Amino acid sequence: MSMSNKQEWLKGPYQDAKERPVRFSTISDMEIDPLYTPDDVRGGYADKLGNPGEYPYTRGPYGSMYRGRLWTMRQFAGFGLAEDTNARFHFLLKQGQDGLSTAFDMPTLMGYDADHERARGEVGREGVAVSTIDDMMVLFKGIPLDKVTTSMTVNCSASVLLAMYLVMAERNGVPWERVGGTIQNDMLKEFIAQKEWISPPAPSLRIVTDMIEFCAKKVPRWHAVSISGYHIRECGSTAVQELAFTLADGICYVEDAMSRGLNVDEFAPRLSFFWNLHNDFLEEVAKLRAARRIWAKLMKERFGAKSERSMTLKCHAQTAGASLTAQQPVNNVVRVAIQALAGVMGGVQSLHTNSMDETLALPTENAVMVALRTQQIIAEETGVTNTIDPLGGSFAIEALTDKMEAEAMAYIRKIDEMGGMLKAIDTGYPQREIAEAAFAYQRQLERNEKVVVGVNKYSIPEEIPIATLKIDRELEERQIQRVRKIKRERNSTSVKDALKRVAEACRSGENLMPPICDAVRVGASVGEISDIYRAEFGVYTDPGWI
Amino acid sequence: MADKRLRIIVAKPGLDGHDRGAKIIARALRDAGFEVIYTGLHQTPEMIAEAAVQEDADAVGLSVLSGAHMTLFPEVLRLLKEKGADDVAIFGGGIIPDEDATRLKQMGVREIFTPGASTEDIVKWVNANVSPRQ
Repeated sequence: MSMSNKQEWLKGPYQDAKERPVRFSTISDMEIDPLYTPDDVRGGYADKLGNPGEYPYTRGPYGSMYRGRLWTMRQFAGFGLAEDTNARFHFLLKQGQDGLSTAFDMPTLMGYDADHERARGEVGREGVAVSTIDDMMVLFKGIPLDKVTTSMTVNCSASVLLAMYLVMAERNGVPWERVGGTIQNDMLKEFIAQKEWISPPAPSLRIVTDMIEFCAKKVPRWHAVSISGYHIRECGSTAVQELAFTLADGICYVEDAMSRGLNVDEFAPRLSFFWNLHNDFLEEVAKLRAARRIWAKLMKERFGAKSERSMTLKCHAQTAGASLTAQQPVNNVVRVAIQALAGVMGGVQSLHTNSMDETLALPTENAVMVALRTQQIIAEETGVTNTIDPLGGSFAIEALTDKMEAEAMAYIRKIDEMGGMLKAIDTGYPQREIAEAAFAYQRQLERNEKVVVGVNKYSIPEEIPIATLKIDRELEERQIQRVRKIKRERNSTSVKDALKRVAEACRSGENLMPPICDAVRVGASVGEISDIYRAEFGVYTDPGWI
Repeated sequence: MADKRLRIIVAKPGLDGHDRGAKIIARALRDAGFEVIYTGLHQTPEMIAEAAVQEDADAVGLSVLSGAHMTLFPEVLRLLKEKGADDVAIFGGGIIPDEDATRLKQMGVREIFTPGASTEDIVKWVNANVSPRQ
């Protein structure tokens, strides 16, 4: 039909009109056409989109989406000692939040107890300090574990923290079958982006797969891994790299679990994903839709999944921390709202909205409330939840979704050719691709080719002061004393024996989770179990590529 | 020698893995013609001070995003002094509130760059404020 002939239009009416002298590209530097028309959209509705809850799930993993159930509003929280974060949890639940998400401090995340030399200055600062089961008991005091689902962001020491959560549930009389939640536990992206590790990639992958297997059999409502693009993007990747490297990590976990003889439909329904929501609205919506389509095809065609639940990509998403500015920080409220809206338009199952003051320090209670209210306004006031995938069928959105799928698949094929993600990580391939993209973006900012409002354009001489949360430095000393007291008072023979059994499991290849649960029960700490990993599997050091 | 290239160590003390900024700075300083050594992540203050002495560095840039700067920066300063290398110019960056930046500068950190600083600003600062050690 001549009306939709894009080339004619480009050469005619468009060329005759004025165009601003800028490069029209996404924040990831993907060039965008002035117009998308039916010429840009190929393929049939049923093959490429499908209705919500129908293969390939481009329009949504569930039939009724937000008309059936809104996304889970899950704000990431953690600071200070266990009792401080416990109070923040109760505050958030009282404000209408319906799931918890735990931020641990750096020592816990890296497998050190508070009383370790390397923990100096870091205890309770970036998250909550948890060294033993006693801290875990305090952290979740008064929380109904069979009703509220919990997400725990922890990776190289995830096996220990999951064991502590399960033992804590057990002591509170909640059976493992009724405990629901997610543990991030995505070690591949640690080597690629977030860089919290203990041992090298291969044994790290083995621990992840042990947990996938263990949860599939013993904790059926638990997501043993949340395959994360968030940190890849925060590290400076493009949207396509985030999509591609994350799905390639997913492929690696599926292959590893299947190589143990697990049936794909036994564990794949509990694999979940975690995406970043950045500033470029259309690119983000397209990314989320492309992710579902690619995963569905991979699971069905490559891995032979039969269950629909294995083919549907379910995800959590968080607004982009790296997009926030220290300058004119109240502007961050606007950024977060737009990013969160992209997540909702893209059909996420769970969402965290950042607080305006996060470039300055951990968020204050007030800032967290504005962030949560942002989600509630999107859910209750904007009307975007009334119809499913409201942007579906837009020429621009469908063309971008196709483009992101094609570009991500090119990366995935390249990683396949390298022998898979473990091999690619060893050569530093994804790490270097991300560093290149981060550097290129920084240069664009400095040449004013990309704009950050309040930083390289519309800046003002005075900073707008806002209140920030202060972490009492004295609490480090209190946590050290607490951990030392526990270590003095527990039965040291039982701890020693339990740790020995963890070490034996490291060597024999039997699933690590049962002996770790036993060790946690008798009071073994995060640091002590991580030390077993260090001794048995070795320590990974940063290759320091620039 | 007047034309001696400045040697700068870019270091990541502490436990956090946020190396995006450190790597961008390392690369920008290298592109600006300095000799740059990047330590990689998870360095102790001891490792950094030792590297500064071993590598005969003129300056050390510390990047911390975990909030532990008030512990880690002074410790690097103390160790350098102990090793007789307190003329190495220490500068830093990360999520560092103004009042902490002021205190760190009083302790001897030469400059603190916070989010939004451009690589150009940092290169300019190094050119104006760091000179080869005697």
